[in-house]
Amino acid sequence: MAEIDPITLAVLAGRMEQIADEMDATLFRAAFNPIIAEAHDASHGLYHASTGDTLVQGKSGLPIFVGVMAFAVKAVIDKAAADGDLADGDIYIFNDAHIGGTHLSDMRLVRPYYRDGKLFCYLASVGHWHDVGGAVPGNYNPAATDVFQEAFNLPPVKLARAGEINQDIIDILLRNTRLPQSAMGDLNGQLGALDLGIRRMDELLDAYGADTVRAALDALGDRAEALMRAELEGLPDGRWEAMDYLDNDGITDEPLAIRVALEINGDEMVLDFAGSAPQCAGPVNIALPTTVAAAYVAIKHVFPMLPANAGVMRPIDVRVPEGSMLAAQFPAPTGGYTETILRMIDVIFSAAAQAAPDRIVANAYGTINALSIAGKRSDGRPWVMFSFYGGGHGASLEGDGLNHGNAPISTATIPPMEILESVYPVMFRQWALRPDSAGDGMHRGGLGAIYEIEVLEENGAEAFLFGERGRFAPKGIAGGANAALNVFSYATDEGFAHPPLVSKMRGIKLRQGQSVRLETPGGGGYGPAADRAATAVARDVARGLMSAEHADEAYGQAWREVTI
Amino acid sequence: MKIVGVDVGGTFTDVFVLNEADGTAAVAKVPTTRPDQSGGFLTGIGEQVEDLSDISVVVHGTTAGTNALLERKGAKVGVITTQGLRDVLEMRRRDRPRTWGLRGDFEPVVDRRYRLEVPERTLADGTIRTPVDLDAVRVAATTLAGQGCAAIAILFANSYANPANEALAVQAVRAIWPNEHVSCSSEILPEIREFERFSTTALNAYLQPEVSGYLDRLETALKQGGFGGEFMIVQSNGGVMAVDTACKVPVRTALSGPAAGVIAAGYIASTAGFPDVITGDMGGTSFDVSLIAGGQSMLSPQTSIDFGMVVRTPMIEITTIGAGGGSIAWVDKGGLLNIGPESAGSNPGPVAYGLGNDRPTVTDANVVLGRIDPDNPIGGKLTRLDVEAAARAIDAHVGAPLNLDTHQAAEAILRVANSRMAGAIRLVSIERGFDPKRFAFMPFGGGGALHAGAMLAEVGIARAIVPRYPGVTSAMGCVIADMRQDFVQTINALVDQLDTAVLTGFMQDHVDRGMAMLRAAQTTFEARKVNFELDMAYIGQTHTVAVPLEVTVGDGTVLPPARAQIEAAFDAAYTATFGRLLKNGVRRVLNLRSAVTGIRPKFDLETLAPKGTRIADPRATRRVHFGDTWRDTAIYDRLALPVGTEITGPAILEQPDTTVLIEPGLKGRVDRFGNTIITGDR
Repeated sequence: MAEIDPITLAVLAGRMEQIADEMDATLFRAAFNPIIAEAHDASHGLYHASTGDTLVQGKSGLPIFVGVMAFAVKAVIDKAAADGDLADGDIYIFNDAHIGGTHLSDMRLVRPYYRDGKLFCYLASVGHWHDVGGAVPGNYNPAATDVFQEAFNLPPVKLARAGEINQDIIDILLRNTRLPQSAMGDLNGQLGALDLGIRRMDELLDAYGADTVRAALDALGDRAEALMRAELEGLPDGRWEAMDYLDNDGITDEPLAIRVALEINGDEMVLDFAGSAPQCAGPVNIALPTTVAAAYVAIKHVFPMLPANAGVMRPIDVRVPEGSMLAAQFPAPTGGYTETILRMIDVIFSAAAQAAPDRIVANAYGTINALSIAGKRSDGRPWVMFSFYGGGHGASLEGDGLNHGNAPISTATIPPMEILESVYPVMFRQWALRPDSAGDGMHRGGLGAIYEIEVLEENGAEAFLFGERGRFAPKGIAGGANAALNVFSYATDEGFAHPPLVSKMRGIKLRQGQSVRLETPGGGGYGPAADRAATAVARDVARGLMSAEHADEAYGQAWREVTI
Repeated sequence: MKIVGVDVGGTFTDVFVLNEADGTAAVAKVPTTRPDQSGGFLTGIGEQVEDLSDISVVVHGTTAGTNALLERKGAKVGVITTQGLRDVLEMRRRDRPRTWGLRGDFEPVVDRRYRLEVPERTLADGTIRTPVDLDAVRVAATTLAGQGCAAIAILFANSYANPANEALAVQAVRAIWPNEHVSCSSEILPEIREFERFSTTALNAYLQPEVSGYLDRLETALKQGGFGGEFMIVQSNGGVMAVDTACKVPVRTALSGPAAGVIAAGYIASTAGFPDVITGDMGGTSFDVSLIAGGQSMLSPQTSIDFGMVVRTPMIEITTIGAGGGSIAWVDKGGLLNIGPESAGSNPGPVAYGLGNDRPTVTDANVVLGRIDPDNPIGGKLTRLDVEAAARAIDAHVGAPLNLDTHQAAEAILRVANSRMAGAIRLVSIERGFDPKRFAFMPFGGGGALHAGAMLAEVGIARAIVPRYPGVTSAMGCVIADMRQDFVQTINALVDQLDTAVLTGFMQDHVDRGMAMLRAAQTTFEARKVNFELDMAYIGQTHTVAVPLEVTVGDGTVLPPARAQIEAAFDAAYTATFGRLLKNGVRRVLNLRSAVTGIRPKFDLETLAPKGTRIADPRATRRVHFGDTWRDTAIYDRLALPVGTEITGPAILEQPDTTVLIEPGLKGRVDRFGNTIITGDR
């Protein structure tokens, strides 16, 4: 193997990151579907030729994919090895979440990159398609009990053989979605991103030589490992545990435990999820690749400078017992994976906070609140308004949490209210911060939000919610208090009502003029409330972010002496 | 008469004076005065113009607005908004400051105590569901005035679709508000997307008292000095506006200074025969890149001045990366060399400045390698640079961990910094479909010309063009810039249902208002032009395509465009962007954008060219490190080099505010305007 000097390595690291970033940008521009175009629910990167390990990944894609894509590439490597027919110009496609992680909405394309007739590495593209069949448009089916009720399932197959696209595969795909035009637009965008990646790799290898680039890729993995080990060395040795719950699986009203034991020994770490709930009937299960990826996301939030490279995970042992909901087996449903990995990140933070409270932020709001309102217009045209809603971020040693942020697994922005009102027959009566929703503490969490949405359509509408945190609040750390619970209510002829399963419900019937109301959690607090400056409490009360009664109860009366 | 351009930067105030009578130009550079910048402003003009009554036009590129936003030093603002929407400004678009880390919170410029709600509601189709309660509006305004608010913004839902409720509220507030700083969102930006519209309007209100006060002081001082001409301000879109417009919409000055620089760079490069140019402004903390194709700058529709501080007005597209002269070089725990984003800025600045920073910067690497003259530091604040201290810092922070000697380590810092700068150039060119080989690279700012050769090598650009006065480019841009007014109006209709009479009505209104502004200006124009653009997409698509619309404006009257013409224009623009059209796609018009421009007379850049003909000899020789060896390198006084001079690298051309490096294998030629053109030596 060629040696590589540290300067060329630094230069090549930047060049390859730029290639992955440019692949992301290519798909965002071309995609039809707003989940990719606006919410950036997609990702691209370069992966190791024999292990599938992540070598470089784009910075603008969805954070959760940073850990999960290696599994998708490995699945293709295994398939190609079994078939023995891998060739230059092949492109594999699949959405099977049990081998590729996340959920069936994520369509994965994997393409080998050859140089001088030899396999050099893999390029891959993943994007969240708008619809892939199944029982519910958009595939967020809170009552699914297997993958077949969630979506069309595609194992790794060749979309292209030696550069020749297999139209049969495309025909099958387009017959299995409610939105074939959107799917075709996204597929074209993903193919375009892979083409671009191939061109850029050719240019890079022309300029630097295959041996040098290969040496750089190897060195980057070692460097990522060294960085991770150095960071772990900086944490104390020991074993810390944390446990939290999901409200229910959408089928049976029983809480599901998510439990972690975090152990640090020198420069190595174990994350043991023994004691977490067993595989459940509803769609909050996750496959093992998703679990490993969620662990990576949590770790990268603690150490933001870590690169998107598999070397980071070498010193980390993620243990999940067989039969766990965190290592679900086919055909268990996984459509609501977001809720489960958000809770995993919460327990990892809560455990790590016991080891190094100054490094960790308290829990964020912890649910994506996938709310869909749908119906038919008077001319018969169907409409579906589907969006995720924001909440508060956790507080830290540095300061209060962010009000109304996006989920830690995502960087998606919320669509403007005026765009939603111009496209769908709804009106927002309220789009506001939610007072008293933050966890108290020396630093308080960020505030959650209140969204109240009225149906304007004379035919009425039907609403669906897939949420969490209705029974178990986001936690504070280092003595900080928990935030407020997620509260969902909907209008009935007898007044506002709450769902029997608190945070999940299908088929809520709304008449014209009736509304649904979502009050999202804030973030957890940091440090004892007694340590909060009276001026900060007085300021929050003056601004109406906190009621005077709440302030008295949580912080005492000292703030009343302060003039703002 | 004289035309004067003044660019007030953080450190220096630059003045560019054009004598209209004979086409000659003169420049001045004086320290910026703080807190009142008008001192330096007048001193700078005074260095070149004795009698202010000789001046016909003063054009100002200002950072007053940008600084007030960045330093949060605007006015106390009150907001009156729709019931239920008090927190839109604080909730943003549910983003976060950084992808990783989950830290950092956000304080909007308007405190929640001064954001009051009133009963009113307009729906998305323009229907007024709840008429505005004007008594409640008056009570709210009185309350906010009583709380000491100096400006007020009225922000109502869907006012882009029907401004009636906002207009009534504004009228009621203006009748009782103690000053002129009253605005509403449909006046500032009648465009769909409530956060972007509210944010732009609120930030405008936040700047109004501050910026209009500053501009008033300047204008008064100019008039007291005998100035009787017109005072104009550069906007972020690269055009100028009258000072009274700037006082009403100061938010349009958010990128005033940098925009003027890009305008000048484009003019200099086009005149020199390079209509395709990529500019690179290297400052203390950042490297700002902008692309000009066919003489036209790219415009972007909005920018974030800081997290959550969104300004949506057309601005010259400038891409910034954190690799400036003061960017700190460091080795991470994995053994990889990084440059920035942390920066020592200009104070304390590089280690060599001796002002307290002990971590090595890009400038320190240039000093240690002999590329910057330690005995004549640029800027004139210091007398000597501390080469030894810079070398020690490089050894300690880069050399030791990477096992490199001082000069290897300094070369390594430059290589990584250059590759990051080259990455920014690739981003604005290759990644947008432009082939950099067609482009020239124009460095400006103090440090850029040291890195020009590296940009040629790294990106494959054929030549660099260093303007004769790189340090006063922005001030020159003030003199060159055209007068321009941008308008936007959300239409939000499918093309086959579009009421072209309504569209034409908006276009006519934009033309009338734009032409009225040009007529009111005292300055002369060579020509006037109107450009229309539609933001369009297929239904279901969120990203729009800018569709230029060729429409005749005969005698000030807009001839209505046909739907078929709009469809054809969309198909052409969409094909150019995405390569193919969408079968059965339904086309939608989201926004109308109009620009009314008055073309101002240009001046002859040849008047700036050196007059001498004597072949200049090097004034000294210095050892400079290239690659792995020291080379004796000739040092020239750049401004003394006559037109046509060719100098083969290695060589360094020095002038008071810039150092131009010609690396081995490259040559520099002085063109007939005094620019230095750097190309390969064959």
